[in-house]
Amino acid sequence: MIALYFVLTALVAISAFAVGRARSQRLKVAGVRLHSLPSYHGLFLAAICTVPMLLAVAAWTPLAPRYVEARAVAALPEALQPATGLEHDARMREIVMAAEGRAQAPSPEVAEAGRAYVAAQTTSKTVLLVAGILAALAAFSWGLPRISADFRARNRFEALTLWLLIACSAVAVLTTIGILFSVMFETLRFFQRYPWWDFLFGLQWSPQTAIRSDQIGASGSFGAVPLFVGTSLIMVIAMLVAGPVGLFAAIYMSEYATPRFRSLAKPLLEVLAGIPTVVFGFFAALTVAPFIRRTGEALGLSVASESALAAGLVMGVMIIPFVSSLSDDVITAVPQSLRDGSYAMGSTKAETIKRVILPAALPGIVSAFMLAVSRAVGETMIVVMAAGLAGNLTFNPLEAVTTVTVQIKTLLTGDQEFDSAKTLSAFALGFVLFFFTLTLNVIALRIVRKYREQYD
Amino acid sequence: MTDDRETSHNQGPTTVNRMADLNMPLTSAAGLFTANAPKVTARDVTVHYGDKQALFGVSIDIPEKSVTAFIGPSGCGKSTFLRCINRMNDTIPICRVAGEILIDGADIYDRRLDPVLLRARVGMVFQKPNPFPKTIYENVAYGPRIHGTTASRQELDGVVETSLRKAGLWDEVKDRLDQPGTGLSGGQQQRLCIARAIAVGPEVILMDEPCSALDPIATARIEELIFELAANFTIVIVTHSMQQAARVSQQTAFFHLGHLVEYGATEQIFTAPSDKRTQDYITGRFG
Ligand SMILES: Nc1ncnc2c1ncn2[C@@H]1O[C@H](COP(=O)(O)OP(=O)(O)O)[C@@H](O)[C@H]1O
Ligand SMILES: [Mg+2]
Repeated sequence: MIALYFVLTALVAISAFAVGRARSQRLKVAGVRLHSLPSYHGLFLAAICTVPMLLAVAAWTPLAPRYVEARAVAALPEALQPATGLEHDARMREIVMAAEGRAQAPSPEVAEAGRAYVAAQTTSKTVLLVAGILAALAAFSWGLPRISADFRARNRFEALTLWLLIACSAVAVLTTIGILFSVMFETLRFFQRYPWWDFLFGLQWSPQTAIRSDQIGASGSFGAVPLFVGTSLIMVIAMLVAGPVGLFAAIYMSEYATPRFRSLAKPLLEVLAGIPTVVFGFFAALTVAPFIRRTGEALGLSVASESALAAGLVMGVMIIPFVSSLSDDVITAVPQSLRDGSYAMGSTKAETIKRVILPAALPGIVSAFMLAVSRAVGETMIVVMAAGLAGNLTFNPLEAVTTVTVQIKTLLTGDQEFDSAKTLSAFALGFVLFFFTLTLNVIALRIVRKYREQYD
Repeated sequence: MTDDRETSHNQGPTTVNRMADLNMPLTSAAGLFTANAPKVTARDVTVHYGDKQALFGVSIDIPEKSVTAFIGPSGCGKSTFLRCINRMNDTIPICRVAGEILIDGADIYDRRLDPVLLRARVGMVFQKPNPFPKTIYENVAYGPRIHGTTASRQELDGVVETSLRKAGLWDEVKDRLDQPGTGLSGGQQQRLCIARAIAVGPEVILMDEPCSALDPIATARIEELIFELAANFTIVIVTHSMQQAARVSQQTAFFHLGHLVEYGATEQIFTAPSDKRTQDYITGRFG
């Protein structure tokens, strides 16, 4: 029925477009000078007919289930009326099961309510369909007579498009704000139970809280410093790999490579960015980590089977394209006139790159690095698989460490009460991460913007 | 670098022989260059961009310590020929140059000559001012630094000051040498680029429409500067403006469709051109 509704909407759009265009075309054939092209009249008519239909379904979606449930519950006799929310949910499950024929109704009254449920559903869908068609018809009969020589269909349609664009960007912005606030509120709840300075500056991370009150030694300690150190350690290792490799690759690509090689190698490098991180993760855990351990043992070093080094190296490889692709873009954006100026002074290609191009592109390169860092800090899978879970406070890259993201994942997977300090601490960690990457991104974007102004 | 320069001077006598060998007729009056000896000599220079020929057998003698202007309609190959003189065309992969260009009698397309060293002797100023995104000081110090021509910081300071003075910019920027060169006005930027070129101590300065991005006042300053610089440098300037060519140059070369149509004393070109095409161009019939 709902699918039917959307098919109908599409049909309405197509036919309104056809009618609108034909109508204005006829005016044009009759020799009238139209303000807007006929297709704009068509688009305008299609838009004003479909918008009410879409609004109707948007309003109906949250309202319909309430109406249906209310009707079903109302059909129950006094004795079976649910008293609490929990009871209501249980009763509704029975009714839905009965209505859909998935289970025998426990009583004839419930079966009756099930029938009421189905009937209410049919009603609500019919109402939607009728309302939609009426709305479309109303809009159509309002819009059709407006088609005339002076009607500014193009301006109207463009205004409608503008609203569509605004709505889409509002979705993006509001989602971000929504996530931020929900994480922030959970974080505040966590800080009501656990002091924030202990969280930010505590050195001990062992989030096991007591399940039974008589358990001992399980009060939970949420000092996040080991996680911050672990995250930074892996990030630094990753950037030590991705920074030079990515930058030099970018220099080669933009300054030395032939266009043929470039057109081949650049997409290949960008494929690296498309590899799912879990693939990198098992590569890190199954290939790189054992290799590092064997090499370490051959050198007489003790290496944990899961190490920050393995995770960092693989993550470095993963973020190479982030560094190289963006750096390549900013290096290519350095105006040719600066290169010419430098060559004309008698500098070699290497001198030109070192003394003119890189300094000119530096802000952009810095922001490429920052975006890569925020990617590294937010990465989870590789670290889960290759760096371990132990909250060791260590700067030794050969030991197992854990990161903020890994702990969030560990805290929230499995059966958990969602209001214990343990699960709430995940939100606090998430908030710190969010804040950190947001700051990095904002700084990076500002630098890029400033840099753009310099040459435009 | 010094070695190279010496070699080129040592070849002085050979030059005469070679010129005699070549013995090509120039396009215009031969008795023109009585004042100065030729600094740059081109014989039968042909340039292709890929399959497209941009220059057809250009031969010219450019006298030293004077201003030579190249005029002609857009796309006629003025810039292309200018860029042959410091081998900037080498930086364009599809560009092929044939023929002979001598500076002080030495072939600049000699295999053994490093174009990097050539460009220290032949400076260039571009159409759009292109200061590096560095400080004013660093812009001027760029050339001396890469060529290692100054031994100490004091010496470098000296070169920067003299270059800025010669470019007529010193008084305007002496208090803000540490500010970015990109923050100057267009005309100042172009004079900074001239100072930057002078700082390397070139013998020839090539200018490709150096005033086309500037307002009339800035243009007048640059023209004045070009006139002063001609006392010490050999200047070749491409210009779109015939008035400018008439004001600043001693010789003018008229290019058309890749050919050097006419070359002679500026006065003669503008008052009594011998070629119909030159006459049409000068009277504004096309261009
Ligand atoms: N980099 C280049 N690649 C291909 N063709 C070029 C290039 N530069 C110049 N040309 C061609 O060479 C011809 C001469 O150009 P140019 O020397 O720039 O003329 P002018 O400076 O007199 O306006 C033009 O037809 C132009 O299209
Ligand atoms: Mg040009």
